[in-house]
Amino acid sequence: MAKIIMGIESSCDETGVGLVAAHDDGTVELLADEVASSVEQHARFGGVVPEIASRAHLEAMVPTTHRAFDAAGLSMSDVDAVAVTAGPGLAGALLVGVSAAKAYAAALDVPLYGVNHLAGHIAVDTLQHGPLPTPCLALLVSGGHTQLLRVDDIAGAITEIGSTVDDAAGEAYDKVARLLDLPYPGGPPIDKAARDGDPQAIAFPRGMTGPRDAKFDFSFSGLKTAVARWVEGAQGRGEEVPVADVAASFQEAVADVLTAKAVRAATEAGVGTLVVSGGVAANSRLSTLARERCAEAGIELRIPRPRLCTDNGAMIAALGAHVAAAGHKPSSLDLSANPGLPVDTVLV
Amino acid sequence: MLILALDTATPAVTAGIVRLSGPAAADVTASDVTEPVAEQVAARVTVDPRAHGELLTPHVLDAVADAGITLADVGAVVVGTGPGPYTGLRAGLVTGAALAHSLGVPAYPVCTLDAIAAGPEGAALVVTDARRREVYWATYDAAGARTGGPHVGPRDEVPEPVGRLADHEQPTPVGIVRAAALDVLAGREPGPLTPLYLRRPHAAEPATRKRVTA
Repeated sequence: MAKIIMGIESSCDETGVGLVAAHDDGTVELLADEVASSVEQHARFGGVVPEIASRAHLEAMVPTTHRAFDAAGLSMSDVDAVAVTAGPGLAGALLVGVSAAKAYAAALDVPLYGVNHLAGHIAVDTLQHGPLPTPCLALLVSGGHTQLLRVDDIAGAITEIGSTVDDAAGEAYDKVARLLDLPYPGGPPIDKAARDGDPQAIAFPRGMTGPRDAKFDFSFSGLKTAVARWVEGAQGRGEEVPVADVAASFQEAVADVLTAKAVRAATEAGVGTLVVSGGVAANSRLSTLARERCAEAGIELRIPRPRLCTDNGAMIAALGAHVAAAGHKPSSLDLSANPGLPVDTVLV
Repeated sequence: MLILALDTATPAVTAGIVRLSGPAAADVTASDVTEPVAEQVAARVTVDPRAHGELLTPHVLDAVADAGITLADVGAVVVGTGPGPYTGLRAGLVTGAALAHSLGVPAYPVCTLDAIAAGPEGAALVVTDARRREVYWATYDAAGARTGGPHVGPRDEVPEPVGRLADHEQPTPVGIVRAAALDVLAGREPGPLTPLYLRRPHAAEPATRKRVTA
């Protein structure tokens, strides 16, 4: 019989509650995915304000849970386990989700699984594309993370191959958007502006691609500065800034480095599958370029649909389902949130 | 009726089971002769301002076990809404809300300072730590009604105590339940479990962007 897993996510500015059914054949089915976002409250600050996010999580947690059960047509007594993001993320934000998950698990008398947010971004793909072939590689790109991961077992064996040494890719989008007077968060408006631009118009630098640079690490801080210099130069000459060309050329530089390194890592490791996930995976140029380069290299590319790529509770429920199916011991009810939880710790 | 009392607004992580009895009629007022009676059945308290998120649910389960009951026997939850300076304040509120949601019982908010005052008879001044060299405070008259506050401010703004001074005390499970007793017994619709933050979030809108070129 299928087991119902409830997943709670509160690591940043989205309060997510998801419900999945874990079937005996190893497939995991999405039943509900409700998200309440505080993104609009952060917009005028140009980034997520932790105290505002934590306050919003507290307000949204129980109403979002209600909505998830209504959407799935389930009652709380149907739940067989509760999974929650234990980290990494903002301490005060994580605390709200972890506290709620403990209370639900205690009241329903079911096991609690405190799991890794980053692993959740990979596990969510199984809701759309079925069980993950392993080993596989995952490129995780969002406002807070940019990592290249090797997955030998989604329920327990994930290793980092590379990560950003400074800004996350999504952070670079936010900063460049601000430079171009585009709204926060910067991903969608830059993607839109870039559609009318020439990606080859400006040769922005490709960070960390020199012969002496770490092969699979990333850097986006220099790119952001290069864009700022270019824009200030144009303004200084009294020229109108060609927003579409700047957006397209910036986006090309980001997508080029991300996909080149991911495909090279997969090829060198002899791994046949690449998963691209996280909020930036919704970027149209990143997905197009990833598709082209994976096809050339003979690598299967899996990108969850945009709704699943951004933070949500279903990804945590999906990971909880895999961890439970693997027979791992549930977390203790004195579990603490861990803002710096390392990626190789899938279950706390 | 058995009540689950929670508070995480002070350095204490507090969970208790309290037996509440008294008149249940909807028209009960504070002046009625028959006062509600709140008696502690079990309590778990740990003073550690960094352990609210970690210990609250284990304390709830331990208190329930000590009381010889199960969570299903709980008829209502009462939660302290602060004011409190700890990020852990939210741990108590979300725990209370989620427990009440899954048990299908109401969750009543009470001001934590009211819960501290709701003990001995008489007028009181309640003061708790607000960090940043400030305190939270509220005043109460002889009948136990709040007459001022809750406020946040420097210690020298706090008035001289009239009656009892509760200085940096923590609420007891009985005090928490007493502060909500009339609403609970009357079966009134609970108010929202909103924390008494009293301060606005620290956040500044970004200044004009710095140029990277001279």
